[in-house]
Amino acid sequence: MTTIVKDNQAEVCDAPNSQDTIEKGLGLLKYMVIGVLFGIVFVKAEIISWFRIQEMFRLQSFHMYGVIGSAILTGVISIQLIKRFGIKTISGEKVIIPTKEFRKGQIIGGFIFGLGWAITGACPGPLFAQIGSGFTVVFVTLLSAIAGTWVYGRFATKLPN
Amino acid sequence: MNQIIDWISQPWPWYVAGPLIGLTVPTLLLVGNKSFGISSSLRHVCAICIPAGIPFFNYNWRKEIWNLLFVLGVLIGGFIATQFISNPHDMLISEQTKADLTALGITSFSGLMPAEIFDWNNVFTAKGLLFFVFGGFLVGFGTRYAGGCTSGHAIMGISSLQWPSMVATIFFMIGGFVMTHFLMGPLMSWVGF
Repeated sequence: MTTIVKDNQAEVCDAPNSQDTIEKGLGLLKYMVIGVLFGIVFVKAEIISWFRIQEMFRLQSFHMYGVIGSAILTGVISIQLIKRFGIKTISGEKVIIPTKEFRKGQIIGGFIFGLGWAITGACPGPLFAQIGSGFTVVFVTLLSAIAGTWVYGRFATKLPN
Repeated sequence: MNQIIDWISQPWPWYVAGPLIGLTVPTLLLVGNKSFGISSSLRHVCAICIPAGIPFFNYNWRKEIWNLLFVLGVLIGGFIATQFISNPHDMLISEQTKADLTALGITSFSGLMPAEIFDWNNVFTAKGLLFFVFGGFLVGFGTRYAGGCTSGHAIMGISSLQWPSMVATIFFMIGGFVMTHFLMGPLMSWVGF
């Protein structure tokens, strides 16, 4: 087992950069390329569609459940392989997977996000892909999501968590 | 070449899209020891543009620039897929869903998004307030409060077998069901559908 689990990362952010090697300039462009491929899959599988999200919450189509389920299965297998074989990153570092500690926010915040997911037909990823697809008005939704994030940050210490 | 373009222009089935999305997890880990998660990008924007001395936004965001490039890529990917390999046919939507949405006042089912909602003319109306402003706010506030979204919790979190992410995902779904089945109807008629 060469995978290190760090729990102090949770405070930094929830999708942290755990790499020691610092990347700058063109080195960062590879993440944009991965994002481009990811965005293409989002559109081609119609995951960004408001209608697909409605079908999902109305239990009238298997599509979204199939997408999320097979994505998780692929992720589980990949992470198990990385752990079992001690696969290192391309710069030779140990793979770090931060621990997610249980908090009340996962229940309350999770529920609030679910309400918004059904209205907007988008989680944060598809918001970006919808804008790119030409539904430019979703930029307003994105700004409002940023405002929501800011308001959470402002009152984070006062909310039950 | 045209045959290839025609072939990838069809909607991709779940068993192609799901594994490709799942592969983002090991790709980001192995390319740069990065944990998959998209809602964090919203926090980085706050930290960069409007930190306002709030401790929650006081961290080394320079180290997380990769995440903003990733979401910029998602936007560009959306553009490429729509401009060059978009599905020439109408989207196939479940007949039951169409019937349910028709009852709520939706009439257009041709694109990926209902045209009568996602229109700039709605921005300063009650419809825009509900679907863009209120909906977007809940997404941003809720994901941050939950510490992640579908990518960070449902995919990255469950893939690494972390039960708090399972709890979060269950509550994402409960929120979605409650909105869809109980609140959406009244809210839509309230904003003029």
